[in-house]
Amino acid sequence: MNGNLMVSSSPHIRSNETISSVMRDVIIGLVPAAVMGIIFFGVTAAIEIAMCILAAIVAESIYNKIAKKPNTIKDLSAVVTGLLLAMNLPALSFDTHPIAIFVMPVVGAFFAIIIAKQLFGGLGQNFINPALAGRAFLLASYPTLMSGSAFGPTGFLAKAGIDAATYATPLASIKQTGDAGATLIQGLIGNTGGTIGETCAIALIIGGLYLIIRKVISWRIPVVYIATVFIFTTILKFAGVPAAADRLPVQELFYGGLMLGAFFMATDYASSPVTPKGQLIMGFGCGFITTLIRVFGGYPEGVSYSILLMNLCVPLIDRYTAPRTFGYSKVKAKEVK
Amino acid sequence: MNLKTFKIGGIHPPEGKEYTEDKPIEIIMPETGALMVFPMSQHIGAPASPIVAKGDRVLLGQKIAEAEAFMCSPIHSSVSGTVKDIKPMLTPGGTMVQSIIIENDGLFEEDPSLGKDTSFESFTREQILDKIKNAGIVGLGGAGFPTHIKLNPPPTDKIDSIIVNAAECEPYLTTDHRVMLEKTDRLVQGLAIMLKLHPGAHGYIAIENNKQNAIDAMVKAVQGFDNISVVALLTKYPQGSEKQLIYAVTGREVGSGKLPASAGCIVDNVDTVLAVERAVCKDRPLMRRIVTFTGDAVNNPGNYQVRIGMNMNDFIKAVGGFKEEPSKIIAGGPMMGKAIYSTDVPFIKTSSALLCLTREAATLPPESNCIRCGKCVSACPMGLMPLNLNQDALSSDMAAFEAHHGLDCIMCGSCSFVCPAKRHLAQTIIAYRGEVMASKRKK
Repeated sequence: MNGNLMVSSSPHIRSNETISSVMRDVIIGLVPAAVMGIIFFGVTAAIEIAMCILAAIVAESIYNKIAKKPNTIKDLSAVVTGLLLAMNLPALSFDTHPIAIFVMPVVGAFFAIIIAKQLFGGLGQNFINPALAGRAFLLASYPTLMSGSAFGPTGFLAKAGIDAATYATPLASIKQTGDAGATLIQGLIGNTGGTIGETCAIALIIGGLYLIIRKVISWRIPVVYIATVFIFTTILKFAGVPAAADRLPVQELFYGGLMLGAFFMATDYASSPVTPKGQLIMGFGCGFITTLIRVFGGYPEGVSYSILLMNLCVPLIDRYTAPRTFGYSKVKAKEVK
Repeated sequence: MNLKTFKIGGIHPPEGKEYTEDKPIEIIMPETGALMVFPMSQHIGAPASPIVAKGDRVLLGQKIAEAEAFMCSPIHSSVSGTVKDIKPMLTPGGTMVQSIIIENDGLFEEDPSLGKDTSFESFTREQILDKIKNAGIVGLGGAGFPTHIKLNPPPTDKIDSIIVNAAECEPYLTTDHRVMLEKTDRLVQGLAIMLKLHPGAHGYIAIENNKQNAIDAMVKAVQGFDNISVVALLTKYPQGSEKQLIYAVTGREVGSGKLPASAGCIVDNVDTVLAVERAVCKDRPLMRRIVTFTGDAVNNPGNYQVRIGMNMNDFIKAVGGFKEEPSKIIAGGPMMGKAIYSTDVPFIKTSSALLCLTREAATLPPESNCIRCGKCVSACPMGLMPLNLNQDALSSDMAAFEAHHGLDCIMCGSCSFVCPAKRHLAQTIIAYRGEVMASKRKK
């Protein structure tokens, strides 16, 4: 028997959690919102989701092939990126945009996977959220399709006569007319204008809670993010800022991309802080910038840009929020740095 | 009971204690003719010096190696027999160490100095320390720090707490658990002896709450001792690490690079305290220890009292061997134990367990990219950022490694355990930490 024993450094056991189990949990967390998106936005939503995921997997495979690296699609991170990208796309009408429905997801997914993720070193090395980078790229490439009239619900329930919302997202409507044009209940269940995955707040909260319970993400970023939007909007409103006069803090939470952004986008591992304190700052920064853009900015919605901006601050945040090492007094810890 | 624990980090690995926690301690004796090997270095510090020669007949309990340096501990024969040779032999640590080899004559003839049942009450502080030193007692939890030195810190450190480390947070290990159930009163006696060395100090027996029957037994046993209490701890790894245990019990933080005595504490492992009782009250030196033999490859997992110096192969045969060829054998627990490459080695003072894993259990998943999930940061009980230290170690950046407090790593392995990317965090940090410390010593 001697001579055949394996020798390695301790520890000799590992938890069952793997990258693919984490990614699988994220996918499970997104399923409710994706299903609601398909219900409200119809078959084209399903096509776009499928196209995004497929294109992300293909992009990852092609890159790995060219770069002569082992294929990493089994870790499911490309599927997550594709799915998240789809959640950020409007459901286009098959009649008016028969080509864009297929092309737009491919362009976005290739940009997300190859430019934002792989060129910076692949999984864990991307400094911005790949799906949001893909969305930002599409917003520049297809400005009319990615905003405005493309957002209307066209799905089964919408056609069946449930109050079809106007062809503007509630946040855009608030910006233009001062009125959301949809009830809060519509926002909660998702029967409003918006991207495929952002409208059903309830589904997103359920998915987000699942991730927190499974310990895939911590509560810090989403809770602080959402709370900051609520509190900051309240302050602006009651401070008498004219631009915030028409805004109801509760509406700000359930209309637009806040829930999707807070639970699924700002918590992206690679582009969010690893320290507990840093995660609080990340949540606060996202909430602060989101509210600034919504209230004062030219765009009706600020979730994606706030997260992208905060992504850029993450290395700095991590650097200055390192936890106190056990056995060092607070004063001493500062001296060391 | 109010459960205590340490505040930052910690993990919950699968316990694996169910295989052996109900198995009473069985005594395994070496066979007649068996060769017993006593390495001269079974502790932290200078090796002991042999005081017997080839061909000598030695008795059970006879001192065969003397401690000449300050940081050292003597060694005793655990059998009677003949000294066959004195030469370098392989140890569980993987190195060759000068060792005394004694052939067991099977008579177990005791040295006359052994076995006087005495009460410790009449002994002076010096007498007690002397007995502990002469009994060759070192920390049996794994570190092997000479106990007489630990119990006698510099007078500037005022000791007010003596903690019996019965957390036994390492998965699979159950020896402390069994000792508390089977040798309850003697454990309390051992602690009482240590408290006599530090009048005014309070004794704590700190037990994790996955050993409720041990907590109950100890609570009952300490009734009538107003200077001893039992502390129930919320089960969490690495609670048995000195610094985490002191924090859990007293709320004090041992400073970076400092010893427990600087926080007024002495921490000793259960088996060590038991050895103190035997040395002081029964005049018996350290000749045996209790080990857990377990893992999915073994036939009869259990807790065994073995003679120090006994060959591990002989022991494995005596307790029923393997049901499946093990792929990995770990001296100690799965989190901090050391994988050994040969079982043709003796049990030494610090061998706490033999964990034998099949190929299936021993195979570790391949490493992939860090995904920056931050789980290692949340798991680290020292407040370190293992992902950064891993990078510092891989790029051999000594300055960054020290600035990130890499030398404060307690090597518990929590970061590697939780990492979903299965990165070798602890492994690289521990290896590089050794390098950094060695280069500092050179300066």
